[in-house]
Amino acid sequence: MLRYIVRRLAQLVGVTVVLSMLLFFWLRSLPGGPVNAMLGERATPDQKARLEAVLGLDQPLHIQYVAYVGRILRGEFGNSSAVLPGADAMDIFLARFPATIELSLVAVTIAIIAAIPLGYIAARRHGSILDNATIVGSLVGIAVPVFFTAFLLKYWFAVKYGWLPVSGRQANLGCTRITKFFILDGLMTREFDCAASALKHLILPSIALATIPFAVIFRITRASVLDVVSEDYVRTAEAKGLTNRVIRSRHILRNAMLPVLTIIGLQVGSLLAGAILTETVFNYPGIGEALVSSFRGRDYAVLQILILMAAVVFVLVNLIVDVLYAVVDPRVRTR
Amino acid sequence: MSDSPKPTNPNPTNPIARYREARKERIDSLAQLSARDRVAVGAGAGGPGSDWTPSPDEVSVTESGTIEEKPGVSLWRSAWLRLRRNPVFLLGLTITIIFVLVAIFAPWIAPKDPVTGYLIDQVRRQTNPVPGPQPGFPLGGDHLGRDLLSRLIVGSRQTLIVGVLATFGGFIGGLILGTLAGALGGWVDSLVMRLVDVMLSIPSLVLALSIGAVASRPSQWTLIIAIAVVQVPIFARLLRGSLLAQRSSDHVLAAQALGIKRGPIIFRHMLPNAMGPVIVQATLALAVAIIDAAALSFIGLGDPDQRTPEWGAMLGQAQTYIYDHPHLAYYPAICIIVVALGFTLMGESLREALDPKTRR
Repeated sequence: MLRYIVRRLAQLVGVTVVLSMLLFFWLRSLPGGPVNAMLGERATPDQKARLEAVLGLDQPLHIQYVAYVGRILRGEFGNSSAVLPGADAMDIFLARFPATIELSLVAVTIAIIAAIPLGYIAARRHGSILDNATIVGSLVGIAVPVFFTAFLLKYWFAVKYGWLPVSGRQANLGCTRITKFFILDGLMTREFDCAASALKHLILPSIALATIPFAVIFRITRASVLDVVSEDYVRTAEAKGLTNRVIRSRHILRNAMLPVLTIIGLQVGSLLAGAILTETVFNYPGIGEALVSSFRGRDYAVLQILILMAAVVFVLVNLIVDVLYAVVDPRVRTR
Repeated sequence: MSDSPKPTNPNPTNPIARYREARKERIDSLAQLSARDRVAVGAGAGGPGSDWTPSPDEVSVTESGTIEEKPGVSLWRSAWLRLRRNPVFLLGLTITIIFVLVAIFAPWIAPKDPVTGYLIDQVRRQTNPVPGPQPGFPLGGDHLGRDLLSRLIVGSRQTLIVGVLATFGGFIGGLILGTLAGALGGWVDSLVMRLVDVMLSIPSLVLALSIGAVASRPSQWTLIIAIAVVQVPIFARLLRGSLLAQRSSDHVLAAQALGIKRGPIIFRHMLPNAMGPVIVQATLALAVAIIDAAALSFIGLGDPDQRTPEWGAMLGQAQTYIYDHPHLAYYPAICIIVVALGFTLMGESLREALDPKTRR
């Protein structure tokens, strides 16, 4: 088990090293080069020359790379030029990240709650109208862009009927901040109106975002349950006269959940991609919205940290999922 | 081993028959045909195929006949026979054909010029930002008084160009990386696959955005390159997997035994076999490329020149008018959905038809 984790960690190191190299060359290939990227395009030539000397851009490439990695490890990405002019890029990331985590967690929860039972039912009634309807639905679902789902939700529930807020993350209530997770903060400080407001702002974006993992989790659950149902141990369990509930939870779902677990982990990437679009539609101040505004404003300091972190988080979550997988299924470890 | 390149497809003891998919077996027989050709021509009279040593001219004659016939009756023909009666596939095909035709002939189909602001006189920034439907303008105008219907029709062109070029670019990139990895193996394989892993580990839109950031001025080409790069790792994995699976296949071993060089083996024997899954993947990738292109234009990565109509960009602009004119978003969105659905339906049913495991 330990060996397995170590092996996966070694792979992680490899991926991170290649990633840092790519990012290094990416930064050099930006219009204006790394100096503009760090100072923003409005910097004076004097400032630029000074920074160039400080960064040692006259040094050979490999030394520059080492210095670059050092800066990354110290969390020095430079100052924002457009998203929040003057602010440290790292701080912007740290302020925005909890918002996206909150959004993604709620979205994944919604997706799991809806998709696993539906997938199970579709598989148990294989070939029924319900089953076919859900298959058609998932095909159509692939074709509907998430930003249009978000747009529709926003128009009908926020703009037209005004049931839910149109944009933002929380109403201006003067709430106390502890963790930057607004719902959690509200509960911890007992400012329940704060928590409720944060939750209200989350409903529409998270439903829009949930459509992405929903389709995938549903499909995998259905396929995986279909596989498991025809196994011998399920027939044995039925022959033993076990109740449906026991068969369902102990024999079918427990085995069928393994691939589902992996696929949930693999959704992190597409969740982030979805978050970019949903957050943009709802003006939700997470890292997705920051990515778009840093891209639009050519704010390379912020863009750089967001790209790096997006990849690192993705790889880390996959590692955690793999390890979890090995914990749940002993067969994986020996592979 | 020397008689393995024989065109004995129905032979059940053929090790390839044990292969997971009959698809492979069928396409392999096609590669074996070309392998046989190379035997006769390359090895000449001293060819090892003792059972059949036709003269070179005979080979070229029969070869041209067989090459056209054999795959015809086998894989694609049988797939087509099933697809012909599959309503899902036909629906996808119809949508795709109509879309491609509209895109090609867009300037002649569009009733009005998509750039001229015919209804600009009716646009009042405060009271009436978007002219409504009226005679000659069935869908009304946009915020600059241009004919919405014409812009939708001409916009299909942009979608087709970006989708096809991006998928093609992704295929070429994946072809190069996947062939390098699958054919050379060893450290090249590890290096390329690590690179592919990293590319896969960056969420697609983030990757596309970072590529877009490198361009000093966004354009249609930024969009195409960004989406192509996102597709590269998918094609690379697919081709590498296919090449690895074929490495110990009989037709490759036979070709090697006959002294054929590595290059021709890869390009004439292995890659053609990998094309079936690649075509299916390309159809599905087109749907993804169209949606991704729309998403990227939506957040402003596309051509900043707003005269060229583009569905994603139209949707993005429609956000400004969500309060009173949501229909501005509905029309381009419906176009995107229908076209993406067409390619998805076609790709999925194609995959099902070519994959015997899902045959019902």
